[in-house]
This record gives sequence, C-alpha cells and structure tokens, in this order.
Amino acid sequence: MITAGIDVGSTAAKAVLLRDREILGWAVQPTGWSPKEAGKNVFQEAVKSAGVSAGQIEKVVGTGYGRVSLDFLDKAVTEISCHAMGAHFYYPNNEVIIDIGGQDSKVILKNDRGKVVNFLMNDKCAAGTGRFLQVTINSLGLELDQLDKLPAAEPANINSMCTVFAESEVISLLAGGTAKESIVAGLLKSIAKRVSTMASSMHKKSDITFTGGVAQNRLLREMLGRELKAGVVVPPNPQIIGALGAALIAQNI
Amino acid sequence: MTDYRKMWQDLGMDLEKHDELLSIIPEVYGELFVNQEKRPSSMEYFDFVMSEVHGLRVKELLDLQDKGKKVISSFCVFVPEELILATGGASIGLCAGAHYSVPIGEKVLPRSLCPLIKSSLGFKLGGLCPYFEVSDFVVGETTCDGKKKAWEILGEYHPTYVMELPQKRGDSDKELWLKEVYKFKEKVEDETGTAITPEKLAEAIKLANRRRKVLQRLYDTRKNDPVPISGKDAMLITQLSFFDDPERFIEKTNALCDELEEKVSKGEGAAPKGTPRILITGTPMPLPSWKIHHIIESSGAVVVCEESCTGTRYFETLVDETKSDLDEQLKAISQRALNINCACYTPNVGRIEDIIRQVKEYKADGVVYYSLQFCQSYSVEYYKVEKALEEAGIPVLRLESDYSDEDAGQLKTRVEAFLEMIK
Repeated sequence: MITAGIDVGSTAAKAVLLRDREILGWAVQPTGWSPKEAGKNVFQEAVKSAGVSAGQIEKVVGTGYGRVSLDFLDKAVTEISCHAMGAHFYYPNNEVIIDIGGQDSKVILKNDRGKVVNFLMNDKCAAGTGRFLQVTINSLGLELDQLDKLPAAEPANINSMCTVFAESEVISLLAGGTAKESIVAGLLKSIAKRVSTMASSMHKKSDITFTGGVAQNRLLREMLGRELKAGVVVPPNPQIIGALGAALIAQNI
Repeated sequence: MTDYRKMWQDLGMDLEKHDELLSIIPEVYGELFVNQEKRPSSMEYFDFVMSEVHGLRVKELLDLQDKGKKVISSFCVFVPEELILATGGASIGLCAGAHYSVPIGEKVLPRSLCPLIKSSLGFKLGGLCPYFEVSDFVVGETTCDGKKKAWEILGEYHPTYVMELPQKRGDSDKELWLKEVYKFKEKVEDETGTAITPEKLAEAIKLANRRRKVLQRLYDTRKNDPVPISGKDAMLITQLSFFDDPERFIEKTNALCDELEEKVSKGEGAAPKGTPRILITGTPMPLPSWKIHHIIESSGAVVVCEESCTGTRYFETLVDETKSDLDEQLKAISQRALNINCACYTPNVGRIEDIIRQVKEYKADGVVYYSLQFCQSYSVEYYKVEKALEEAGIPVLRLESDYSDEDAGQLKTRVEAFLEMIK
C-alpha cells in the first residue's frame, strides 16, 4: 500500500511517499504565500521523486497549519500526532520528542505505539522557534545553513525571548564589539534554555528525539543535550518527520 | 426591531462606537449559534434575549427605576444578589467579555492585565454598555489585585462600592465576610430607601436559589450521552442569567429543560452519541466570550460542563432557605460565598474535588483548563490541578488566551491534537 503525507508548515511544505516501511520519495519547498499551492506542488514533486503515478497512492493525510487549505486529503491530522508517529518510526524507544518548527515549538510525550500521551506548545509568540532564529541571525548577515560552519565560541548573554527585542539586543552586542559567533552561540543557547524548560516537566530517562527544520543545526542539538542532561538524537531529514508521520497515519485510516 | 437610539443617547452612550460594537454581533451569533445543527427549538427565546440584549432588557430596567427601584451591578458571583432582590431592585452581572473594549480600557490600565478587567473598564470609559449606564451603582470585590486596584479608577467614572472578600476560610475570615454582608445590607437599604425585612429576604433567597436550581436542571441534562444541548448554547444561557428578569428566565429555562429532557428520553442529541466530551475549568467567560467553546465544538467535540463562575461555581452552592430570622438569613447568605471554590482562596482544594467529581458526573473524556492571560490565581493553581488530574488519570489541556481572535489557529491545533490524544 502506498500512502502520502503532506505537512504544510508556516515556513516550508514537506511531502513523503511511503510503501509499508519504505520511504519511496520526498520533497521540501518554501510555503510562500499560498499554503494550498505549496501543498499541491510539494506533493507532485514527491510523487515524481518516488517514480510512481498519483493513481497508485491509496491514502493521503495532511498536517501542519496549512492542512485546512488542502482539498484532496483523505484526512487532516495535527502536526503533534504526526511528529509523534514520524519520530516513533526512527526511535521507538524514545518517549519525548522536541519539535522546533517555523512558528511554534512543541514537546511531545508518546507511548510505545507512537500515540501522543501529552504535549506542550509555546504560547502565542515566536520565542524559541525557527522564526526567532531566522530573524535574529539575519540581523547578523547570516543564513541558517552557515551556523554550523562558525568557529566555536563562548555564548554571549541574550536576555530577551521576544524576537523583536532580541534583534535589538543583537544589534547592541554587535555595536559593542561582540564576535558574531558568540552572538550566534548566545541565540542558540537562549532557544535551548527556553525549549528545555518546556521539556523538563515531561522528560523521562530515555534519549530525546529532536525534529523539525531547526534540528539540522548541530550546535543547537548539543546545547539542548547539555541543558536537558540527556542524549539528543536527530532522525535523517528531521524536517520531513511530520510528513512521514502523516504518511504512516494514512496507512491506518 | 424597536429603535433604542434615543434611549442609548439619553444614557450618555457613544452611539457611533456602540453601533460598531453591535454590528459585529449578528454575523458572529448567526455563525456560532443559529447555524448549529439539531438545536433545541426553545433556544428561540434566548436568541430573542440576545438580539435585544442592549435594548428591551435595558428598557425594562429603566421602567423599574421609574417605579423607584434600583439597578445594582456586579462582576462576581460572591456579591449577595439576595439583598438587592429583597428591595425589589435588579441585580445585573456586567459585560466584560469583548475584545472591542480592551484597547479603551488600556487607556487607564496597564497592558499586562487581565482582559476581563480591561474589557469591563473599557465598556464604561467608551460609553458602550447600557447596563453600566443604567446602574445606580456598581459593586466590586477584592477577588484579585487587578480588580481591587481597578475599582479605584472605576470610582472616578461611576459610583462604585467595594466588598472585602477574605482570602482564607478560617473563623476570622467568616466573621469578616459576615460583617461585609451586613455593611452591604446597610448600603443597599440606604441607596434604595427600603428596609430589608426577613419576609422580603426569605422571598429573595428563594428566588435566587430557584434561578440557580434551574441552571442545575439544565446542566443535569448535559450529563447524558448523547448530550441534548451544545456547550455553546448552555453557556449562553448561563451568561444571560446574569442579565435577564429572574422570573421570566426561570420560566423559559424550565421550558427548555422540558424539551431537553424529552430529547434525552428519546435518545436525541445535539451531537451524536460517543462524541468526545470536554469539561472546561478556569476563569469566567462573560458575554460575549464564546471563543473556546466554538473552537472545541468545531473540532468534533462537545463541551458538557463549565467549572467556572459562568458555570457551576455560580449555581451549585445554594443559600439555606430554612431561616426566618434576619441575622440567621444574613449568616446563611455569607456562608454561600465561603463554599464557592474560587482560586482567590488559599488553599483551594475544594476546587480540585469539584473538578474530579464533575468529570465523573458529566462523563467527561478530558478537561480543558482555561485561564485568561495574566490571571495569576488561576494560572498558578494549574500546577495543583494538573497534578491531581494526572493522578486520577484524567487528561488535561491548558489553554491561556484573551478575547481576541489572533490565536484562534494555534488554539485549534492544540484542541485538535488533544482530541486525537484522548480518542
């Protein structure tokens, strides 16, 4: 049985095609201004990369904030359930999942079948999200994929959790002569601290699975591990875990 | 519909802003309420009350004042409405649940304050609420620091009387509140020029209890699966109970309950049998705050109970009706407040017991803990409630919000995920 999962997030749209436990193909695109178009296009691209025809796909599940705008779904499921299922696919023994997406971050506790038992999401503000990181590092003239290439540095102290105020703080630090890499380390540390506080109430003994686009960042991964005093593992292509979970859920509807 | 513009103008209201405020209501009300499927036909009366909420009822209150009676308003279920009713006056619960008036309230209040307080002061400052204008005076109380300090500001704009509510339930606290009830009795007698007799007070106690009992009857129908009435409709009725004429409200709600009980006996529901059932606990949802209910009920669940001041905290506790001596009656009235499990008390274990009992009674599958932004007492109390619910194996979702719609998308995702989790 071939199924598809489409995750239309605030920043990126992702699609995964699955046959049993084999990922046949996947695609990622910027969401842009039209979640509907982005969802349709990323689905077609994933179909192409899998080398199958759309007619062979039996079930399609959509997730992410743009799920409501997709009109060709068999079912819409929240990203919380999908991330739990997608993370369970790679690390069934890890109970806690941290997902940092474009506009929110979440901590999910799942059971041994990949089902959500409890979850927390950040409140209505961008603190501790991908957007926070993007806006603040752009004011340093950097892009997200350059962060891991920066030399190691002592983290500067970033006090503000508000994206707008943190940006001003970055500018003052720059003006005061603080090195870019220290500021970046400080920003990552502030995200790690924020998310760890959320996660600490749910954290059990097992390793933590870290998903979402921001999980690609090695420094943040290490800082999260230090803050939580736990092993942090990242699945291959952490950005597509929500879409993968959707495709897995589609197998059972 | 009658034109009430002259009445509103005479009350000193801002007609232009008031038009703008009211213009939003019909569309929202139509979408949220009238369009619901399998709605009880007796809801027609409450639709009418809602359509006349700033009209006919205000006119009735003005007529009452023409007969020499007083209109006294409050914001809290602790205020002893029996003493007002005993003078033949009207006891009204004021509007405080609209985002529209929040920015107006922020002219005199800090942004980082509970939206209920900002909304209520905004209604007064903006000249948007006819109930405020028609009120001879407003009764505030010291349930939280935000309200306590806001009354000092409100007092500059409207006659305001403040009752001091104790924070514990010891003997000295009971004594304090009893004294406050006596002082309030004198205040009401002075303002109305009417002596409160034991006979009149006995009648008023019975009337207030009857209003509470009919709400209990309504909520009892919600314990059935399928539930015969949506959470939105049930809460609307509780909200309107603070405004409507008590006798008429009791009659019409009883008529609705007759219909609902018949639906129950036929197994008819507002939502299909097996629909996930949610109990909401937390801060009040004053008119017209319907957001959380709408999000839950448009995500495939049904709200079966509200453990809040616009819910069971208002009507579950009755005043002892058996006393005929004035001192004993006043003592009975004062005892009611101390039996209400509001987070303003410390400790407040009774609330946790209430929630767990109600989850069983109303057969709830999960609890949504709702607190208004910046409400310290309810936000802090979450820790204890969550722990107790976890021990009892009851799933709980915490939502913090205000009256604006800006976070509706995020809230909906959380509610849907919670429903996926408890299925």
